Amino acid sequence: MNAEPINVTGEPVKSRKGEVLLSVENISLRFGGVKAISDVSFDIRRGEVRAIIGPNGAGKTSMLNCINGFYHPQEGQITYKGVRRPKVRPHQAAADGIARTFQNVALFKGMSTLDNIMTGRTLKMRRGFFWQALRHGPAMNEEIEHRKVVEDIIDFLQIQHIRKLPVGKLPYGLQKRVELGRALAMEPELLLLDEPMAGMNLEEKEDMCRFILDVNNQFGTTIALIEHDMGVVMDLSDRVVVLEYGRKIADGTPDEVKADQKVIDAYLGVAH
Amino acid sequence: MRGCKACINDEADNGPNEDRRNVRGSHRVETSIVASASAGQPDTFPKLLLRNARERGARVAFRHKDLGIWQSWTWAETAEQVRHYAKGLQALGLKRGDKVAIVGYNRPRLYWSMAAAQWLGAVPVPVYADSVADEMAYVLDHAEAVFACVQDQEQVDKILSIADRLPKLRHMLYDEPRGLRDYDHATLHDIDGVIRAGAEALKASPEAEAALAREMEAGSGDDLGIILYTSGTTGRPKGVMLSHYNVITAARIGCEFDGLNESDEVIAYLPIAWVGDHVFSYAQAILAGFCVNCPESPDTVIDDRREVGTTYAFAPPRVFETMLTLTMVRMEDAGPLMRKLFHYFLGVAKQYGEKILNKEPVPLKGRLLYALGDMLIYGPLRNRFGLTNIKVGYTAGEAIGPELFRFYRSIGVNLKQLYGQTEAGVYITMQPNGEIKADTVGRPAPMVEIRIDDSGEVLYRSPSIFGGYYKDPEKTAETMTADGYVRSGDAGFFDETGHLKIIDRAKDVGKLSNGALFPPKYIENKLKFYPNIKEAVAFGQGRDFVAVAVNIDLTAVGNWAERNNVVYASYQELAGHELVYDMIAKHIDEVNRSLAAEPLMGGAQIRRFLILHKELDADDGELTRTQKVRRGFIADRYAPLVNALYDGSEAADISTEVTFEDGRKGVISARVKVRDATLYPATAPARAA
Repeated sequence: MNAEPINVTGEPVKSRKGEVLLSVENISLRFGGVKAISDVSFDIRRGEVRAIIGPNGAGKTSMLNCINGFYHPQEGQITYKGVRRPKVRPHQAAADGIARTFQNVALFKGMSTLDNIMTGRTLKMRRGFFWQALRHGPAMNEEIEHRKVVEDIIDFLQIQHIRKLPVGKLPYGLQKRVELGRALAMEPELLLLDEPMAGMNLEEKEDMCRFILDVNNQFGTTIALIEHDMGVVMDLSDRVVVLEYGRKIADGTPDEVKADQKVIDAYLGVAH
Repeated sequence: MRGCKACINDEADNGPNEDRRNVRGSHRVETSIVASASAGQPDTFPKLLLRNARERGARVAFRHKDLGIWQSWTWAETAEQVRHYAKGLQALGLKRGDKVAIVGYNRPRLYWSMAAAQWLGAVPVPVYADSVADEMAYVLDHAEAVFACVQDQEQVDKILSIADRLPKLRHMLYDEPRGLRDYDHATLHDIDGVIRAGAEALKASPEAEAALAREMEAGSGDDLGIILYTSGTTGRPKGVMLSHYNVITAARIGCEFDGLNESDEVIAYLPIAWVGDHVFSYAQAILAGFCVNCPESPDTVIDDRREVGTTYAFAPPRVFETMLTLTMVRMEDAGPLMRKLFHYFLGVAKQYGEKILNKEPVPLKGRLLYALGDMLIYGPLRNRFGLTNIKVGYTAGEAIGPELFRFYRSIGVNLKQLYGQTEAGVYITMQPNGEIKADTVGRPAPMVEIRIDDSGEVLYRSPSIFGGYYKDPEKTAETMTADGYVRSGDAGFFDETGHLKIIDRAKDVGKLSNGALFPPKYIENKLKFYPNIKEAVAFGQGRDFVAVAVNIDLTAVGNWAERNNVVYASYQELAGHELVYDMIAKHIDEVNRSLAAEPLMGGAQIRRFLILHKELDADDGELTRTQKVRRGFIADRYAPLVNALYDGSEAADISTEVTFEDGRKGVISARVKVRDATLYPATAPARAA
């Protein structure tokens, strides 16, 4: 992602695909005696769509939480943009270009779509509280700039009709879209999506797929997503990592993963 | 007849009366239309555009809400853009007589595409944006389109998917570049890019400038201006050819009839392929010089209309119906005091509102109550609907429920009906101010002659009627009589005041096996007036009795279900619910009561009904693109259900194939219940009609 965030005609980013953006090495995460993740390693390359799949309780969300600094693994290393990362807090990860959406929608229910997406710009605001409160001069100009970015996102996600509605009143599928919008407002380099299509109907899923692909194509945003709908995963992702009981059992292209006997046994359902 | 009515009004009301002046002036209107048509005025749309740029260059011509802000273009800027665009198209090889398909929602650049094509003498062919690939392929192929100007990636993809059926198509232009960056751009162009290229070419050579001007001057009013494909209520779409003169005349009829001028505002949101949008949002805007506002997206029309405050509106009944349903549904959630107030003042409006609008005498108490209601309820309601500044609104395309029509008039919206057809260049009859009746469509429009033939079919003749169907002389001959009248295909009659009343499609008005009259649409419209009923299909031709299949309105009934603790997971489940059946039974009961009270209609009461398990959908071919039900098709498709209606069974099984939005197919199966309705003895005296 370059300085111009919503650059529709931006430079092609495909060429950069392949360089490692984030790598996870031998991570283990424990909650007391419960091992959520044990000794998992994989990497995410720039510009790709990387899926993390696995049965319930496999440690997928914990993995995302480690990546964006919400949890801190007891063992192992996370290297982001070539730098080995010490313990970071979520807001530092956000400032570093990692944005995410949540499994359960985590929006400000009473605020409008517009304001919710605007909160995604918080880290980019430069003027202090004093100027913001006055809403004059430089602060006003800054707000207009940010509003432009937000409006571009609203246009991109085709949610003009709910711009001013409180998100708590919106159907679930639209709330998910607003949450994606808020994550995009951060102009992330790495976008973490936790079950972006959970609870959606077919049409909403297709819309969401298109938006995810468009984000990936047009802004070159690297995407790591957790998803249960196998059709979606196989269609969307470049590479898939499969977890089971906190361990990695497979890693590769959708076709490779689909053919892997361990995956078939563990995940896709074979009589035990 | 008209003189008499005016006399009565004169006695009753001595105040100045603007509306009536219009009525009286209608003779003058006719003469002035003829005069201005014969004077040496601009006779094509590009010429009119240049006239606007000269005479009102600084006034806003087009607005489009983009990124939350209304972007605007003045007439001078519009004319400049169109000129550059025309040059760009010329450079791509567009020539006189070529056809240009225009596909998309209402966007300034798509309207400019029409004007730019017309500049070069090419013929724009607007196509319904939501038509499925197969329909679009038929129209584009039949029209022999060599260029296609489309809105976005969706349309580009759709046309690319049928490209092998369109050997004549050479170039495609798009308005929104999103998602199209990686496409092969050998024959695909950005409209803005084409306009820029045209501007540069014109700047580089003064000769090109002159050549382009000559190209426009070569056009004349008799040239083919546009081909509008009818939505195909019956069979394949037919291409209605209208010359510049036809369309300009039609636009002039409307502008002068209602005194439209450059200060008016319209919002363009109806399909650009519909004659209504073409005349109201393109032809009349360019002729009268008023501003066309393009909404941000199809979902934001109501809000956008509020922001703009349109002064002139045109909408099918469905749009008014949706607005009213939404309001009624919201009112159900309001507090008890608000609800009481609302219903009380709606009662007041019902009693006095229309009389006040028609300048009829109203007692002082009524006037005062109405004024109070206007402050508390009607004003805010009009504002909510975006109708605060409305001078005149028209509804057409289908018959409007009388209650619905009266509701809008009673809250002070000057809603009128017109009866029109694509073949007529829209206008056949219109309601003059002060002569509004809910059940008729008005008097013949200026310059239009009407004749009713022996079978009851309405025939019309005017200077704006079409020149024939494109590449279909056979159908043209069927439709046009030797003396230049067009067969409307609708059955109707003039009432005692000279207003036309349309009963139904001429071929649809049928008879039951016992000889009683069976007007299906009339019955369906009565049912559709209820907010809970979205669609209705009546059966009965040659049968023993009338039976109907209805679609419930998911918004209205869903809201009702929420309030009454009715749990449902899908449309299908809600539609089959006993309580929903009870509710619909009550509506049908009321319809039967009203049919029984009308002359000749007593025999057409509904004896049995069912609620369909799925919503009727244009994608499944059950509705036309303008959302009219295709009765014959539905009867075939749901044959087991229709049989159940007539063989006395309690329920029937059905499975139907459905098309999802992405074009994939699936099957829906259901067991649909059938119920009996109560019949009433016909009470009205059998009056000769």
